[in-house]
Amino acid sequence: MSTLDRKLHLDPATVRRARSLARKVGKPIVKLATGHTTVSVERATLRLAGLAGADSEGTPWVNRLADVVRADVGLEHGLALPVWDALVRGEAEDLSTLAQKAAVGSVRFRLPEGRDATRARSAAKKQVGAGVRRIDQRRKERDRLIKKIGDAPRQPWIYLIVATGDIMEDIPQAQAAAREGADVIAVIRSTGQSLLDYVPEGATREGFAGTYATQENFRLMRAALDETSKELGRYVRLTNYASGLCMPEIAALAGLERLDMMLNDSMYGILFRDINPVRTFVDQRFSRQVHARAGIVINTGEDNYLTTADAVEAAHTVTVSQLLNEYFAKEAGLEDWQLGLGHAFEIDPAVPESFRLELAHALLARELFPDAPLKWMPPTRHMTGDVFRGYLLDGFFNLAGALTGQGILLVGMMTEAVVTPWLSDRDLALQNVRYVLDAAGGLREDFRPARDGFIVQRAHQVLAESIDLLDDIANHEKGLLDAIADGTFGLMKRPADGGKGLDGVAKKSSGYYNPATEILEAAE
Amino acid sequence: MSVVRPYGDTTGDGMVQLSFTLPVKHDKVAEGAAVQLANKMGMDPALVVHAKAMGPDFTFFVVYGRVHHLVDTSKVEVVERDYPLLTPKEVNAAVKARLRRRLTVVGACIGTDAHTVGIDAILNIKGFAGEKGLEYYRELRVVNLGAQVSVPELVDRAITEKADAVLVSQVVTQRDAHLLNTREMSAAFREAFPAARRPLLVVGGPRFDETMAGDLGVDRVFGRGTTPGEVASFLVHRIKEKKAA
Repeated sequence: MSTLDRKLHLDPATVRRARSLARKVGKPIVKLATGHTTVSVERATLRLAGLAGADSEGTPWVNRLADVVRADVGLEHGLALPVWDALVRGEAEDLSTLAQKAAVGSVRFRLPEGRDATRARSAAKKQVGAGVRRIDQRRKERDRLIKKIGDAPRQPWIYLIVATGDIMEDIPQAQAAAREGADVIAVIRSTGQSLLDYVPEGATREGFAGTYATQENFRLMRAALDETSKELGRYVRLTNYASGLCMPEIAALAGLERLDMMLNDSMYGILFRDINPVRTFVDQRFSRQVHARAGIVINTGEDNYLTTADAVEAAHTVTVSQLLNEYFAKEAGLEDWQLGLGHAFEIDPAVPESFRLELAHALLARELFPDAPLKWMPPTRHMTGDVFRGYLLDGFFNLAGALTGQGILLVGMMTEAVVTPWLSDRDLALQNVRYVLDAAGGLREDFRPARDGFIVQRAHQVLAESIDLLDDIANHEKGLLDAIADGTFGLMKRPADGGKGLDGVAKKSSGYYNPATEILEAAE
Repeated sequence: MSVVRPYGDTTGDGMVQLSFTLPVKHDKVAEGAAVQLANKMGMDPALVVHAKAMGPDFTFFVVYGRVHHLVDTSKVEVVERDYPLLTPKEVNAAVKARLRRRLTVVGACIGTDAHTVGIDAILNIKGFAGEKGLEYYRELRVVNLGAQVSVPELVDRAITEKADAVLVSQVVTQRDAHLLNTREMSAAFREAFPAARRPLLVVGGPRFDETMAGDLGVDRVFGRGTTPGEVASFLVHRIKEKKAA
């Protein structure tokens, strides 16, 4: 960002202070995360090693194998040593056979020691390393395709959602949306998938208000969009959700199937899905390491705070969360261009000067994170079913996006809260976006909020409140965990020893080994 | 006057507007087809004021026209909700005023039903249909027990949590499991609590008939599409009634 683009005159020392407080608050969480492992991190490691498929009841082999190994030797040492020890011992010729044998109880696992451990370790590293190399190849493939086919024509990238529940129905809808102008397609997941402690298998045709995230669904949709990308002469990106109890596994599958963006927030699962905080932070770190390696852009979920708390009163909680998401992301190896930090246009339109407030908040995010492709989310809370008024509100949302240089624009639908978008809703919504970008795309150059004016002052106020809140969090006895427990974010109270998925967390033993973490950490 | 027609800019003009999509390419035939549809729907004359191709296979239309139908407001039958729909703020205020403490809601999927979609939509802060779940309400204390909770377990938790209301979700309907489970649950609560102390029993699920509350021994049955706000409003309405009684 050139100095000309600095419109808010933020004091660099204040910005540095905000970042250093975020680091202070985040650091103990990283320590906590590195000291623990989870069932999903271990299963993701098995997936990277190539273990796929499910038994006749649909339970994935990674779950079957992980459960048996855990019962035999516990989770705290990681699954790699006992699993590859069994393979080295010749219990089975490959992982898939081993999982099948384990499932019927014909293999017993042990924790190898000495030379056995060394052998198991090197076998594990070799096989998991091959999986990580496949992710590397997929990343290169993306770069190659973008070079060959061409990239999205302008920013913000236009982001559209499909959500039929049936992958076979999603595919033509996604292709149609891309033809209509979408640069990014997101496939919404089925309600409730975030709370499943396994990743469903295969192509799925029935979901509730969304389609299950499965490796096969990822593959089918990416292949279809590759076709459409070639037809349109621009690479159309695919988005899914690395969230919920299986986020590390879904991140690994996304890397393996060349997904391009993933929803991946450091605290969303805790706050909105009541998933245990420790489980979330451990799973988060691993999934972000995978995303970093895979060249995936993450989208964080700050917009969600504003759907529960008041968008004016809680504006600073968004900034605080963005700062924390940035710290956790960079710690895990993600770069600025991969940080789709979220925020939203959710101020009650009845509030006087609501549009100026929106501009202040959006500009603050833009200037605090100048090199991140911010994710700009449309109004949902104040969409009433009056589709005409909603269309106008979406127009103002688009204008705010253009004026403040947002990177990823989720297209607002006038039928938000009425129906899942119809073909015509999407078409009208895209006309709205195009009109605003064509008519005012360059207005950013001329837009200079008055130095001591309303917008600048409001942005400074939100930043000051964010610093106060970060200070407050840092002064909690147990820092961020306590702050989450007492309802600082989005009004939800989530104690560190509560929530779903806690039984899938283990404190690492001194002999813990995970080849995936080793390889991913070494890369940084 | 109970007999009326739609109003455009003159009393009795019967003017309405309509928009829709036909799965045909945009040409004169498509526009004629749009007029035909509007005519069949009772618009006469019907004027296609806007037609736009959406890709090669679809056309979007906006049609204005006159309808000749009369509606008689005195003959409208509505099933009224027998309680007022409140905003979260109003629910919180009502709980504060009536109970002077938070209202405790225990929720679960009982039996072998593992579909927490329904109970989560009502309870999780994430909510449903644009409305936040009951966790969002400051004055409601929500204990979500999740799936596959047995009836005795549910009764025990209702006792220890001092539940004011118990919400049960049932999605699976094989061999009427939802009805059997609900009856078993309501019988267990009647056995465990004196009538005056029994928590409110609410069941919900896509296949329930909302008129069956009495038959199932519960206070309320909610069907498909119920929103958290409706459930919260009902709970508040009933504690008000209880207090008044």
